[in-house]
Amino acid sequence: MIRVVLPAHLRTLAHVNGEVKLHVEGQATQRSVLDALEAGYPMLRGTIRDHATHQRRAFVRFFACERDLSHDLPDAPLPDAVATGAEPLLIVGAMAGG
Amino acid sequence: MSGVRVLIGTRKGAFILTSDAKRERWDVSGPHFGGWEIYHLKASPADPNRLYASQSSGWFGQQIQRSNDGGKTWEAVGNKFVYDGATGTHQWYDGTPHPWEFARVWHLEPSLTDPDTVYAGVEDAALFRSIDGGQTWQELPGLRTHGSASSWQPGAGGMCLHTILLDPSHPERIFIAISAAGAFRSDDAGKTWRPINRGLRSEQIPNPMAEVGHCVHRIAMHRSRPGVLFMQKHWDVMRSDDAGESWQEVSGNLPSDFGFPIDVHAHEPDTIYVVPIKSDSEHYPPDGKLRVYRSRTGGHEWEALTQGLPQRDCYVNVLRDAMAVDSLDPCGVYFGTTGGQVYASADAGDSWTPIVRDLPSVVSVEVQTLP
Repeated sequence: MIRVVLPAHLRTLAHVNGEVKLHVEGQATQRSVLDALEAGYPMLRGTIRDHATHQRRAFVRFFACERDLSHDLPDAPLPDAVATGAEPLLIVGAMAGG
Repeated sequence: MSGVRVLIGTRKGAFILTSDAKRERWDVSGPHFGGWEIYHLKASPADPNRLYASQSSGWFGQQIQRSNDGGKTWEAVGNKFVYDGATGTHQWYDGTPHPWEFARVWHLEPSLTDPDTVYAGVEDAALFRSIDGGQTWQELPGLRTHGSASSWQPGAGGMCLHTILLDPSHPERIFIAISAAGAFRSDDAGKTWRPINRGLRSEQIPNPMAEVGHCVHRIAMHRSRPGVLFMQKHWDVMRSDDAGESWQEVSGNLPSDFGFPIDVHAHEPDTIYVVPIKSDSEHYPPDGKLRVYRSRTGGHEWEALTQGLPQRDCYVNVLRDAMAVDSLDPCGVYFGTTGGQVYASADAGDSWTPIVRDLPSVVSVEVQTLP
């Protein structure tokens, strides 16, 4: 079980409260978690990463275990604590504008 | 008893106001999609309960929302806008080639006859269409691949396709306008396009016969007379009597011919409304007085409409999609401001009252007359 925390606007869009819990087949990576998230919540397609290129949107960041994972490769394994559900993957709308 | 529903898009959500036909007491619903920019909402002429909304965010991109119950509930539908084929380039502000990049949907125009068909005008400028109620979107690429497209440049607000007019008497005829490329017309349902900018004069363009490059802010038509078009350009109010083949200036005695919206009275095809703005470097009304100007002669002769509007210390703007009319008798006229007020007139502009006054900055206003 993977736990994902969405930013407030995306929780509203996806009609969820609190964390999202996902079953991910195979290794837990950014790609596999986002694939599972978008499969369960199709309205989130295009909001976190580009529809076609799957590139992360500029003002969206990924954090877990007090680390910024935003620049990790999409197929890099997520931390064990995320893979086991001990810690959530945080999807964050970056602060911008001063 | 008939009534009116006003659909308001703001920088921080959508609001829906409703009233009976007297248009004296208004119920406010919203914010819908709080915190998101709502560039435009519009209802299907073929099904008044079918609404579409363009919801966007600099963080999370574009969403399209659809309602089947007049805006009580909404569902997110398709948000995949992919240009058809090679994207090519247009000119950037510095004149260098710049690839087409999708930013957002500025305007949604539902079909006159089919609730599931809706057009979307987007930035960077292109026209998309959905025939399945917004679930999927296909570009009509003939516009973006027009021979002049590589020379199009963005206006200050981006290179947006902001106006879509469907001709009720010629089902295959579509008018669109792009800042700052100009106006275009298709006579084959969007397959092919040609510029319709003859007669427009723009000081910044050295060639007075330039086919494109004009900063058209808005075009309006009366559905009983779709060959007559009215245009608010960056500067100049213009009129065409031949479906855009040629344009004549009708600014007449306006205190400024800069502005954004233009609209036509529901029952009088020669009665038109504009909101003069002082200049393109000062986006507020002349002399701090918010005045709608009405011409009952299709242009040239204009009268200021001031009753109920602030006549001192008013420095709001009225954006291009933020004026609409109802089809009751007398005709109602509505507009929203960047200061968050929506003003309405139930007597064709003679007098005005704010029907809501502390919304986020208003981007768009549309009106439905309900049976």
